[in-house]
Amino acid sequence: MATYQLNVNGQTKKVEADPSTPLLWVLREELKMTGTKYGCGISACGACTVHLNGIATRSCIVPVSLIGDQKIITIEGIASDPVGRAVQNAWVEKDVVQCGYCQSGQIMSAVALLKANTKPTDTNIEESMGGNLCRCATYVRIREAIKRAAEQVA
Amino acid sequence: MLTNHRLLSPTFLVVLITFVVCVGLSTQANNDPANNVSAASPTVVDGLAAWAQIYSVLISPRCVNCHTATNYPQQGDDRHRHFANVIRGQEGRGVTALRCIGCHQEVNADSTGVPGGPDWHLAPLSMRWQDMNDRPLSSVAVCRAVTDRSRNENMDGRALLTHHQEAALVLWAWNPGRRPDGTMRSLPPLTHEAFVAATRTWVDAGTPCPRGK
Repeated sequence: MATYQLNVNGQTKKVEADPSTPLLWVLREELKMTGTKYGCGISACGACTVHLNGIATRSCIVPVSLIGDQKIITIEGIASDPVGRAVQNAWVEKDVVQCGYCQSGQIMSAVALLKANTKPTDTNIEESMGGNLCRCATYVRIREAIKRAAEQVA
Repeated sequence: MLTNHRLLSPTFLVVLITFVVCVGLSTQANNDPANNVSAASPTVVDGLAAWAQIYSVLISPRCVNCHTATNYPQQGDDRHRHFANVIRGQEGRGVTALRCIGCHQEVNADSTGVPGGPDWHLAPLSMRWQDMNDRPLSSVAVCRAVTDRSRNENMDGRALLTHHQEAALVLWAWNPGRRPDGTMRSLPPLTHEAFVAATRTWVDAGTPCPRGK
């Protein structure tokens, strides 16, 4: 076990964890922040996506020992960001969610996309969101919501 | 006299051995290409033999998996397409919400089986060492690509040697970490030391490339 000081959503969080523990489980089990979901555990589905220094990152495969002082933003903190708020609003407006399990990861990836590209094309969206799977197949509504959020951000 | 001779003899031998060793080291240093002395420069034949060794490394999975011609990287010793719809992106670093560094950290993550190194990214398309069907290019074609300064980020022979000696992602090939199942990833067919030595010979021979296609 080791002690880590993590910067999560702008706050310093002290946790004790085995260095090999994936960030996902530190967030969920140690910090009780269960908005970030476990899907596949091998970075194949995107349900566990958080931001590390602004980069959409699969938290299920990043050991806590590698986090250092990188700024972690989770779904719980995304609404404090204007782009994050716009994406959440668009998600509600377009009624994107069906079962909802993958949607925190979808939103984190969508925010990362819109922060880098405020006018994404369909291709941009398909490429950037290609690593986020949705078993309910809400992809069409996700694309509509991203475009709606882009309008709000612009 | 006989006694004196026996006393002097070991001293003489020590001096003689020291002299021989010093001369030997001096000769070795002069032969070191890093000292830029061409007393025993390798021949083109030596250089081509060294290139064959280099080529065997460049087309090994640890290297060629990120020197693709397609819009995606490969993974594994069978060089299959990278999973999770990962694509190249404009700068070889993935796309905005699916960047290489979104999974690949600065070092290997052995507990989760994800390889890592500084600024993890694909080689530029100018340095593709495969065709569009994921078959490694010929030794001739790879050699031409590697030595073409309009394609290799303007590296001359010395810069190529330094690249092979020091570039972080090159070094990663000999420290590739563990697979998700906990076993070690396979290594290139030469040690890094042998790879650098072969590169040195090839560079000193004038970076010759084989003829043909």
